[in-house]
Amino acid sequence: MTAVSQASNQLQQASAAALDTQSSEFLVFSLGDEEYAVDILKVQEIRGYENVTRIANAPDFIKGVTNLRGVIVPIVDLRIKFHLDKVEYGGQTVVIVVNVAERVVGIVVDGVSDVMTLSPDQIKPAPEFGVALSSDYLSGLGSLDDRMLVLVDIDKLLTSEEMALVDRTAK
Amino acid sequence: MDITEFYETFFEEAEELLGDMERHLLELDVDDPDPEQLNAIFRAAHSIKGGAGTFGFLVLQETTHILENLLDHTRRGELTLRRDIVDTFLEAKDMLHDQLDAYRNGAEPDPEAFERICKTLKQLALDELGKSMGDSAGNATAAAQPTPPPEPEPVAEAETPEESAAETASVEGGALCVALLNVNDKDRELLVEELGQLGEIREQRGDDKRYEVILQTGVSTDDIEAVMCFIVEPEQLQISSVGAASAPATPAVEARADDAPAVESKPAATKAQVPAPAEQAKPAADKAAKAPAKAASNKAKSGSESSSLRVPVDKVDQIINLVGELIITQSMLDQTASEFDGVTHSALHNGLNLLQRNARDLQEAVMSIRMMPMDYVFSRFPRLVRDLAAKLDKDVELVTEGKSTELDKSLIERIIDPLTHLVRNSLDHGIESPDKREAAGKPRTGKLTLSAQHQGGNILIEVIDDGAGLNRKKLLAKAESNGLAVSDSMSDDEVWQLIFAPGFSTAEKVSDVSGRGVGMDVVKRNIQAMGGHVEIVSREGQGTTTRIVLPLTLAILDGMSIKVGDEVFILPLGAVLESLQPNEDDLYSMAGNDLLLKVRDEYLPVIALHQVLDVQGARTKLTECIVVIVQGEGRRYALVVDDLVGQQQVVVKNLETNYRKVPGISAATILGDGSVALILDIADLHRLSRRKAPRRNNDPQPQLVQEVLPS
Repeated sequence: MTAVSQASNQLQQASAAALDTQSSEFLVFSLGDEEYAVDILKVQEIRGYENVTRIANAPDFIKGVTNLRGVIVPIVDLRIKFHLDKVEYGGQTVVIVVNVAERVVGIVVDGVSDVMTLSPDQIKPAPEFGVALSSDYLSGLGSLDDRMLVLVDIDKLLTSEEMALVDRTAK
Repeated sequence: MDITEFYETFFEEAEELLGDMERHLLELDVDDPDPEQLNAIFRAAHSIKGGAGTFGFLVLQETTHILENLLDHTRRGELTLRRDIVDTFLEAKDMLHDQLDAYRNGAEPDPEAFERICKTLKQLALDELGKSMGDSAGNATAAAQPTPPPEPEPVAEAETPEESAAETASVEGGALCVALLNVNDKDRELLVEELGQLGEIREQRGDDKRYEVILQTGVSTDDIEAVMCFIVEPEQLQISSVGAASAPATPAVEARADDAPAVESKPAATKAQVPAPAEQAKPAADKAAKAPAKAASNKAKSGSESSSLRVPVDKVDQIINLVGELIITQSMLDQTASEFDGVTHSALHNGLNLLQRNARDLQEAVMSIRMMPMDYVFSRFPRLVRDLAAKLDKDVELVTEGKSTELDKSLIERIIDPLTHLVRNSLDHGIESPDKREAAGKPRTGKLTLSAQHQGGNILIEVIDDGAGLNRKKLLAKAESNGLAVSDSMSDDEVWQLIFAPGFSTAEKVSDVSGRGVGMDVVKRNIQAMGGHVEIVSREGQGTTTRIVLPLTLAILDGMSIKVGDEVFILPLGAVLESLQPNEDDLYSMAGNDLLLKVRDEYLPVIALHQVLDVQGARTKLTECIVVIVQGEGRRYALVVDDLVGQQQVVVKNLETNYRKVPGISAATILGDGSVALILDIADLHRLSRRKAPRRNNDPQPQLVQEVLPS
C-alpha cells in the first residue's frame, strides 16, 4: 500500500469517526500493567512530573501542587489512590492535566500510550465491584480486541469526597 | 439614532454626581450654608438634568428640574434652609437614585413615587418661597397653587416649551458660538438638537472637523458644557461668545432656563423684586468679558477634566496578573544570572538590576491603580448615622479620620457591609440615649469615630463609640444561657470575643436596627475571609472600640522565605516581629511536652513548623534552629524553622482555585525557580498545632523536649 493511499485511508477513517457521533475518543494511560482511559475532551495537556511542592496534612495520593504557567495546580497520584504496588517516579512518569468542574488538576500516571476511538458497542457497563475504585467512578469498560480499558469518569472521581480535592464546606 | 451606548457613561456620572450632592447636603451647615456648597449641589442637579434630558429620561429630568429650581432659590438665598428641607432634598436625591436605577435596568421609574416627590418638592417651593418673598410673591404663589400635580409624561413634554419660552425671552442674553470639533454626524445631530433646547439656533455651518453653531441663549457656557459633556469629550467643545461683551450681565443671570415653574409662571415683577446679589452679577459680567479668552484656555482646562479614565476592573486585574508573571520571570533570570561571573558579565548584571528596578516600579504603579481611598467607604456613613440617630432618638456626632488611607479595591468593597453592621451596632447598643448620657455625666451628644490608618503592611480600621461599653456580666450570663462554655475567670478579651458567636445578642429588645444576633459572627467571618481579624476593646461606661485589621492588598505580599528541611515556606512579613537563635537557658518546659521560650520577660509558646507540617529532615535540636517570633490574631508565639532565606515580595496565588483550603496555609506563590512555595497562615498554624498536639503526645518517637532540655 502506498503512502498516499494509506493517508487517504486514515482520512476516511477519521471522517467516519467524525460522522459517527456516538463514538468518542479516549486517552489511554497505564497504571502499572493496567490500562485506563479518560475522555480526551477533559484533557488539557500532558507534561512531565517535576517540581511538586508537598502539602502538609493532605492524603498521601495528593502529591502536592505545581506551577503550571502561573496557575497553581494540585497533583494527584492515581497509582497511590488505586493501591498499586509499584510507585516510581522516572522519565516515563507523566502528568495528565485535566479540566474538571472548572478546575485544573494533574494526575500522575505511569505512561500515556495512545488515543482510541471507541464506538458504543465497544463500551461495556462496569461490573458492580471494586474496593479501591468504586464503579461509581467508571463510565464503563472498553474492549478493544484483547485489550481491556477501564474508562474512568474523571469528573466524578476527582470531585468525589474521598479525593479531598474540592472543599465541600466552601461550596 | 442610537445613543444607548452612552447610557452607561451617563449612569456612572450621574451616580457620582448624586454622591457629591448627598455629601454636600450632609456637610451643609443649615444655619450658615456655604455658598460654594450650595452651588456645588445645584450644579450636580443641573448636570443630571441636562444628561437626563439628552437621553430622554423624562421622569428623571422632571424630578431634577424641580429639585434644581429649589436649589437655585436656595443658593440665591431666597429660600432659607431648615433641617427638614435638607431632609426633603436628601429624600429627593434618594428618589433620583431609584429612578436612575430603574432606567439602568431598562425599566420606567415608579410613577407613584415620582408623583409623590414632585408634590412634596412643589409644596415645599410654594410654602417656603411664598414665605420668604412676602406679599407680591404670595400673590404669584396663589396663582400658581391651583396647578394640579402633574402626571409624569405630559409634564415632561410640557416642560420643553416652557423652557424655551423662558429662553426666547432671554434672547438678549447674548449669542454663543459653539464649535464642535471632530464630532461625527450622529452625535452632531444630537448635540445640535440639544443646543436647540437651550436656546435659539441662529446659524449652523461647518464640517466634521469643525462645526459651528451660533446660539442665542441665556444659558452660561459652563452649563452648556455640562450638558454636552455627556456626549462628547470636553476638548471636542469650544464655546465662545459672539458679541457677548455687549450683553447685559444681569439678565443673563436672571433669565436662566432653570427657574422653577412656579416662578416662571409668575409675573416678571417677582424677579425684579429680588435683584440678583451684586457679587453674583459680577462674576457673570466677568465671565462674559472673559468669554473669548476662555475658548483659548479651554484646552488647558480640559487637560485636568479628562485626567481620569474609566477602566473595567478585570482589565486592571489582567495587568496585575501579567506584571506578577513578569516579576516571577525577572527573579528567575536573576537567579540564573547570579551563577555567572560578575566581572565578565557586568553588562548583563547591570541590565538585570535595571530590569528588576523597573519591574518593581511597574508593579507598584499597577498595584496603586487598584488602591482606593477609604473615603469611598466612609462617605456613606454620615447619611446612615444621621438617619439612624434620628430613628433611635439619639444625638450622635460622626467623626471620620484617615479618609485618604488607601486600600485595595476588592477589600474596600467587601469592608462596607461589616463596617455598616458595626456602626449600626454602636449606634443601637453602644451610644446611650441623651438622657442616660447626661445622667452618667457625659455630654448629651454621643461621638462615633471611624478611623483608618496604616500599620505596617496592614490597614487598621476602627469604629470607636463613647457609649456604655460592653457589659461583662451580661455577656457571660447570656453566653451561659446560650449553652456556650464560659467561666468567670475568662479574660475580658475572651469575653468580648463571645459576641462573635453565632446567634449571640445582648440587646434586650430586638429592634429593626440590630439585635437579632445574626451579624457579628458574619462580620467576623467576612473579615477573616479577607485575611483580616477583629479585636474589641471595651470599658464599661466609657465606650467600645472595634478594631478591624486587614492586609493592604490580597495580590502582593511582603514575605520572608524560610527553610525547614528541604522545603521553603513564606511567612507574611507583617506577622514577623523578630527572629533569634534560642538559648538553652531561655527554654522552659510546661506540662511535660509544651515548650515556652522566654523573650524579654515574656513567655511565648514554641511551635515547631516541621512538627505541625510534618516536614522530614528538619533540624530537631532547638538551639541550632532559628526561632521567629510571630503574631497573628493577637496571639504571639515562637515558630521554629531551620533557616531564614530572605525577604521578597511575592505574588499571592489562591490555592482554592484548583484545590482547597489547606490548614495552616493561606495561599501559595511561585518562587524564582518556578517552584511553588506555600504561604503560612500564622493564626491558623497556631490552631493546627493545638489540634495536632494530643496526637503528638501519643507519638512514640522522641519528643522535642527530651532532645533540647538539659538532662
